[in-house]
Amino acid sequence: MARQWGMVIDLDRCTGCEACVVACHAENNISTVGEKEAARGRAKHWIRVERYYEGDFPNVTAKFMPVLCQQCGEAPCEPVCPTFASYHTSEGLNGQVYNRCIGTRYCANACPYNVRFFNWFNPVWDEPLNLQLNPDVSVRGVGVMEKCTFCVQRIKAAEIQAEAEKRPLKDGEFAPACVQTCAPKAMVFGDLNDPQSEVSRLARSNRATKLLEETGTLPHVTYLKRDSWNGTQNAAENS
Amino acid sequence: MLQKTPEQINEDLLRPLGTTSITYRLVLILLFIVVAAGGYAFGSQIYNGIGLAGIQRPVFWAFYITNFVFWIGLSHAGTLISAILRLCNATWRRPVTRCAEVITVFALSIGASFPVIHLGRPWLAFWLFPYPSERGIWPNIRSPLLWDFFAINTYLIGSVTFLLLPMIPDFALVRDRAVSNIRKKIYSVLALGWSGTPKQWHRLETAMHIMAIAVIPVAVSVHSIVSWDFAMAPVPMWHSTIFAPYFVAGAIFSGIAALIIAMAMLRKFLHLEEYLLPIHFENLGKLLLVMSLLWVYFVASERLTTWYGNEPADMAVFWMTQRGGFSPLFWTMVFCNFIVPFPLLAIKKLRTITGCVIASIGVVIGMWLERFLIIVPSLSHKYLAFSWTASAYRPTWTEITITVATFAAMALLYMLFAKFIPIISVWELKAGQHPAATEELARLADGQSRLADRLRTQREAGAD
Repeated sequence: MARQWGMVIDLDRCTGCEACVVACHAENNISTVGEKEAARGRAKHWIRVERYYEGDFPNVTAKFMPVLCQQCGEAPCEPVCPTFASYHTSEGLNGQVYNRCIGTRYCANACPYNVRFFNWFNPVWDEPLNLQLNPDVSVRGVGVMEKCTFCVQRIKAAEIQAEAEKRPLKDGEFAPACVQTCAPKAMVFGDLNDPQSEVSRLARSNRATKLLEETGTLPHVTYLKRDSWNGTQNAAENS
Repeated sequence: MLQKTPEQINEDLLRPLGTTSITYRLVLILLFIVVAAGGYAFGSQIYNGIGLAGIQRPVFWAFYITNFVFWIGLSHAGTLISAILRLCNATWRRPVTRCAEVITVFALSIGASFPVIHLGRPWLAFWLFPYPSERGIWPNIRSPLLWDFFAINTYLIGSVTFLLLPMIPDFALVRDRAVSNIRKKIYSVLALGWSGTPKQWHRLETAMHIMAIAVIPVAVSVHSIVSWDFAMAPVPMWHSTIFAPYFVAGAIFSGIAALIIAMAMLRKFLHLEEYLLPIHFENLGKLLLVMSLLWVYFVASERLTTWYGNEPADMAVFWMTQRGGFSPLFWTMVFCNFIVPFPLLAIKKLRTITGCVIASIGVVIGMWLERFLIIVPSLSHKYLAFSWTASAYRPTWTEITITVATFAAMALLYMLFAKFIPIISVWELKAGQHPAATEELARLADGQSRLADRLRTQREAGAD
């Protein structure tokens, strides 16, 4: 059976440190758009940490939720693309072929998670960020949509390596940049079709929940809700 | 209707083709400058990037797509209305049809350019064409944008044919009366060798009848498909079954309004007071009244079912338009589309030319706002509250310039058209003016039925 890449994010472990955001920018050649453009809402963060507050001051709890492309099984972004720039791969990823994209931005409207990012201008990197571009990842020009790929370049590299060594791919042998960098180990990545993998074990947890499940997108990202997720306790009682 | 001799009709309707006033030239130059400014804005948008427009995540569509839907909507004025009126044999249509059909062709061309203007990489727009390319892929037939591509092109070809067919006898008329040689040559080509034989007339009538029937489902399909650009995406308040008929009704609504405005302007500037009569405005005003009521009905059905459905995602958008930041626009829309036109068109005394024109201006503004309010509030309040934009969307000068330029382009094209082609169908008007011709037709029809009677009697006799 073909692999189905998936991710589990434990909301109890996430501290909202945003290291994943930085790692993602570095790994995937995501250009910074500058202060002015970012203030307009044009910043490109393939993964972002959404912050919600619960309770009234002074008993306020901040809740963090990393949101990235959910690599939906029934992705709303895919059928609407007129040029097949957005398409479904055999390994369950929502592929994005930059060269095919003509910039209708229809996919971004259709996406319920708002995790698609558009290149409004040609990308620029402030010094010395221009010297650290990742040679494995293509740089996107103006008018092209981009989004989280589950670090497809790492997936492909690992698959090619395993094939060359004539051995099966091991669980946890590699991870996307965000997972690798997550200090509290809130994120786990792997093959959902392998019942032994850590990611599929965690996805079966009774804390498992999907984001905006009611939209019928069948996401490949599972969130483990907080044990204390009933909205009445404050941070002090939790600890 | 006033009776005029064929010579008078020729004289009146062909007059604009012969003379050009200084005011006409000045207006033409002014419009051209505005269009050129729009061209410059588009050029700099290509050069610098689509980021010159005010759109941002998550409001990825705004002014350009509003204009797209608006212009495609206006295009429903002409061909659809004229086809229906032809099929219903509404004789008052005669002076109206051509100026209506012209709106369709120009508005559709302008509307169809917006999906290209809004692209991130407009130079690759040709990738929507289904052609065997070296890239080895066809366009994605599952995408409503591709349905748009086919629907709009079909409608454009259909409405151009529908406009050109009844123009052939008029081209011949201009050819026969042309003084200069160049003019004679150009109109000879356009007239396609028309000599007015009964056989040619018969073929023209048949072709127009076929086109009138064929173009109606095409027109309905176009705006249904435009609505599906929205309805097929799981976005709050877009994903709705009501959208296709709602959009078609709205399109005809704004289309009639545009037609009334265009007719009033033609009447004034080309001195066609004796051809475009108050009765034409009165009748179109009644049509506009019906569409205004239909529009209110659709809005009420949409809003009421959403409110009672009480889906959290839908309600976020719902309250943004009813009470939140977009509510001033929403209530302006209701004011322009219903509160102004309804009394003006429902009360007979107010349904004058001026009344109809004021109502129509209201409707055109209101329908533009309607499209904006469908697109922007939904996109800015989509599901996850974290991405809701407080600042929403602000148009930039690039978008505003291009928008204004398209209105100027419409006026420019319309003025040029009226200068080179009689804006009122000369031969159709003559046919309507001459009871003799009508009697002739009646006699023919009568003769046919008598012939049929005779045949039937013969058959029955044979059977016996």
